[in-house]
Amino acid sequence: MKDYKIIEVKRSIFEDNDADARKLREELAAEGTYLLNLMSSPGAGKTTTLKRTISMLKDEMNIGIMEADIDSDVDARAISETGVRTIQIHTGGMCHLDADMTRQGIREFGTKELDFVVLENVGNLVCPAEFDTGSTKNAMILSVPEGDDKPLKYPLMFSICDVVLINKCDTLSVFDDFSEEAVEERIHKLNPKAEVIYVSAKTGEGFDKWIGWIRKELKEYKN
Amino acid sequence: MHELGIVFHIVKSVEEIAAENQASKVNKVVLQIGEVSTVIPYYLKDCWKWKCSKSELMAGCELEIETIPAVTFCEDCEETYGTVEHGKICPYCGSEHTYLIQGNEHEIKEIEVT
Repeated sequence: MKDYKIIEVKRSIFEDNDADARKLREELAAEGTYLLNLMSSPGAGKTTTLKRTISMLKDEMNIGIMEADIDSDVDARAISETGVRTIQIHTGGMCHLDADMTRQGIREFGTKELDFVVLENVGNLVCPAEFDTGSTKNAMILSVPEGDDKPLKYPLMFSICDVVLINKCDTLSVFDDFSEEAVEERIHKLNPKAEVIYVSAKTGEGFDKWIGWIRKELKEYKN
Repeated sequence: MHELGIVFHIVKSVEEIAAENQASKVNKVVLQIGEVSTVIPYYLKDCWKWKCSKSELMAGCELEIETIPAVTFCEDCEETYGTVEHGKICPYCGSEHTYLIQGNEHEIKEIEVT
């Protein structure tokens, strides 16, 4: 006698994460909190970019920063010096953050009075792209020294981002083989809607445009 | 690279499905994984054993992986070809106007329970 049964499932492995992500997005929308998922490779300048962004925006909105790292609090310490609310999330060895981890962090944080929360994802261009965190929008930083070929090597990451910051643009004269035209063409081929903004977190160049993007996004979100 | 995270999600889904079907034990899970889905079956199986050993419902559960070959379609000459072999550029007409029609699957196909 057959004492087992086969259940046909036909369900995506990411389905439960996608459901968690949708739920988180709805909760955040109800609270009026905008969550930006910021991704990049290690060393592209996420933390420096955040620090400058915070200093330019903190008088006009309530900002919160969630730092996701495998196992350290180096970035959270650096960010907390800016005076905004900061929380460190440890992924416990995992190379990315999923929607459930993000939601736990958000709940721990208490985002009700916050207008703009940035999730600094684990520095990695592969895994974070696979998992929807439940964020309102996705941003990534590509730094000039990494090269203009990165969209070819990490297509999924570039295809899910709403905005791509090209950081360290003050070094374009040194890394003169970085072609702005080629990188933009490669990004737009994967993702025609992605906005590309050149910045230097060190000198502040291009930040007016980047800050403008955030202001516009928040205005549209609150309406 | 993110096989551990994927295993967590599979186990969570399978536990839910097993509970909905009043199963007391999951003996086997069959996945369909695309050839270019970035999931490496070898690592997936390694994480699988560890994660299942922590669950009463799934301890010793077998993992079967069916690989779905990656196939790309060319919009210009309407031919299909193997993605892993030829990549983004169509080997028939040299066009770049191509897209993946299969090979990025991450699916739980079926589970066997008692």
